[in-house]
Amino acid sequence: MDKTWVVLPVAGVVLAACVTINIYFPAAAAEKAADKIIDEVWQMQKSGKPGTNPEAPHTTDTVKETK
Amino acid sequence: MKALIKLAAILFALCFAASTLAAADIEANTPGVTALKQSMQARHAQLAGYYASGAVGLTADGLIAVRDANAIPLASRQAANALVAAENQDRNALYAEIAQANGHPEWQGEIRSTFAQRWIQRRQPGWWVQSGGVWTQK
Repeated sequence: MDKTWVVLPVAGVVLAACVTINIYFPAAAAEKAADKIIDEVWQMQKSGKPGTNPEAPHTTDTVKETK
Repeated sequence: MKALIKLAAILFALCFAASTLAAADIEANTPGVTALKQSMQARHAQLAGYYASGAVGLTADGLIAVRDANAIPLASRQAANALVAAENQDRNALYAEIAQANGHPEWQGEIRSTFAQRWIQRRQPGWWVQSGGVWTQK
C-alpha cells in the first residue's frame, strides 16, 4: 500500500512538467502567423504574382514549409 | 493501486498530446483577428504614402509613430495623427486577441515583439524604424 506514496508524487511531477511544457511560447509558429497577417495587411502577395515578377518561382521554396 | 498508475499514465499521455499540439501552432484565425486584419488592410492604403515619405515609421514595440510631421501637409496632419492612433489601437488589439485566442493572455508581449521584428524586417526600402529613440531608414 505504501506504493501510493510513490505514485502520487510522480503524478504530481508529471503534471507540473506538463504545465511547464505548455507555457513555452511557440516562437516559430508565432513568426509564421505574423508573416501571414503582415502579408495580408500590407498586401505583399500581389508583388509575387506569377508573370509580373520573373523571380517569383525562385522565392516559392522559402515560403513552402513542411510541418 | 493499479488504477492510480493507469491514471498517471493517461494524464501523462494527455499532457504530452496537448503540449505537442499547443507548441505546434498559433491560432490566428478568429473572427476578431479577421476583422482587425481587414481594418488594418483598408487603412494601409492611406498609411503607405506616409511610410514612403518618412512622415510615419515603425516602432520597436510593434506600433507606428509620426516621425516627421513636416512631411505631412498641414491640412491633413490631424487626419494623419488619427490614422496613426487608430492603427496602433488595432495593432494592440490584434496582439491581445491572438494571445487570448491561444488561451495564453500572458503571451501578448512575446506576440508583440514577434510582430515588431517581422514588421521591421519585411518593410519596404525607404521606410523608417524607431529603435531606442533613434530613427533609421532601410
